Amino acid sequence: MHSDRASWGLRLAAWGGLVFLHFPILIILLYAFNTEDAAFSFPPKGLTWKWFSVALARPDVLQAITLSLQVACLATLIALILGTLAAAALYRRSFFGKQAISLMLILPIALPGIITGIALLSAFKRLGVEPGLFTIVVGHATFCVVIVYNNVIARLRRTSQSLIEASMDLGADGWQTFLYIILPNLGSALLAGGMLAFALSFDEIIVTTFTAGNERTLPIWLLNQLSRPRDVPVTNVVAMLVMLVTMLPILGAYYLTRGGESVAGSGK
Amino acid sequence: MSVAVATTGTPLRRLGNLLYRRPNLYLLMLLIPPLLWFGAIYLGSLLNLLWQGFYTFDDFSMTVTPELTLVNFAALFNPANFDIILRTLSMAVAVSLASAALAFPIAWYMARYTTGRTKAFFYIAVMMPMWASYIVKTYAWTLLLAKGGVAQWFVQRLHLEGLLQLLLDIPGVGGSTLSTSHLGRFLVFVYIWLPFMILPIQASLERLPPSLLQASADLGAKPRQTFMQVVLPLAVPGIAAGSIFTFSLTLGDFIVPQLVGPPGYFIGSMVYAQQGAIGNMPMAAAFTLVPIVLIAVYLSIVKRLGAFDAL
Repeated sequence: MHSDRASWGLRLAAWGGLVFLHFPILIILLYAFNTEDAAFSFPPKGLTWKWFSVALARPDVLQAITLSLQVACLATLIALILGTLAAAALYRRSFFGKQAISLMLILPIALPGIITGIALLSAFKRLGVEPGLFTIVVGHATFCVVIVYNNVIARLRRTSQSLIEASMDLGADGWQTFLYIILPNLGSALLAGGMLAFALSFDEIIVTTFTAGNERTLPIWLLNQLSRPRDVPVTNVVAMLVMLVTMLPILGAYYLTRGGESVAGSGK
Repeated sequence: MSVAVATTGTPLRRLGNLLYRRPNLYLLMLLIPPLLWFGAIYLGSLLNLLWQGFYTFDDFSMTVTPELTLVNFAALFNPANFDIILRTLSMAVAVSLASAALAFPIAWYMARYTTGRTKAFFYIAVMMPMWASYIVKTYAWTLLLAKGGVAQWFVQRLHLEGLLQLLLDIPGVGGSTLSTSHLGRFLVFVYIWLPFMILPIQASLERLPPSLLQASADLGAKPRQTFMQVVLPLAVPGIAAGSIFTFSLTLGDFIVPQLVGPPGYFIGSMVYAQQGAIGNMPMAAAFTLVPIVLIAVYLSIVKRLGAFDAL
């Protein structure tokens, strides 16, 4: 095959594909500034900043944002701890059941979210746990673990074992080695994994629908708005904010894990 | 000497040394928290759910009694329920095929014709829409497809109304408007899951040595032959890996079918309705078995195509 230049057709298909992927996102950015308050008409008649102040003055929006931030922070924290422990346990030694454990970690994102959601819901019901912040966090943490796990295990595999041995030879104990050698090495992988877990949790809706009870996270608030299209401009502004909160961590995670074979976001 | 240090050091230091000398204990301590979480919370809930599939639901009193029965699983094969399964399954297959067709040129271009900064640009440009909020992407499409929305504007500008009407008139594909048609729902699904297909294909093409293509050309193969007989077979694991995502994510979705497309349940929306509005948890539990089985079957098929090595 001719090697150095792509044909026009291929170039068109590739760049066209990128346009297809980004066009709806641009539409969301555009409509957040739309002056009209009830229509989807295109092109917009005019642009304005005023809906931002309207949206951010709404108590229901603020409550949803607060809840989503709380959930995402707690779920990320749990995922960081459990994911790092699992990665540290699984990265070098092989033992009976290792495959089963790594499969179990992946299962919550490999199976459709509706299964995880309804399974948790029926378990909470049986145990008599009231749905609320706690149940939402449990659901989110379960599928966020694998994101942290993937990032940390990739980093551990790249970290040279001789560094740890050298540290031990020089008289450091296990704790010091962890603190001065392993943790600094893991730092950016943990940060990247944490950011991705945060984004994933902040945006999650399918599992949340089942575990939230009467609480409303931001995505659930958005979904409710869609079935009752009352205040379109506020919805548009919130949609744009959610979009940014979930997209920007990708840039951060990419720069933090760059240069290795690990792919920060490859397994959403 | 080290023993002396071990016994005289701080508790933390003694613990560290103990764990270093007892790797199994160390492993156990690392594994206990994640195993407890996943074993007790996750697997426990899953098994509890499957168990509930055997419970009896009384249609008259709308209550669930813990008498074991197979009625719920048998009901999956009712014509009405079977229809739902078939509708969801055909959508999942169609979405996977279309995603593969759309993703391939992008992945091929990324792997073969971009280097350095352009490659990084493409990579991020695929990754950002993949991670962008699912519900917002769906919302964006309801804006795009709405009456008087962006899609209609483009169709009018390009004078394609006739063609669109022709498409919408096809039974099983169309519908009364774009946003209430199977076509619209299909577009949304393809859009949302496309990045999940691009990245695995790109990764598998990235591993394809350029010398292989040169060899094929040297041996007299035309570009089309090289593509069909060298590139495509080697890309199959990547396509299969990507299709795991497109297939299983479409199969379990209940938000997109609710917002875009004609009425009629998908597996996901059926499960949702059964447990919510109808309150028939046993039937909902039985229904969740459908995607699990379909995905297990699908995984065993794509495993033979080498999908797991390309993940």
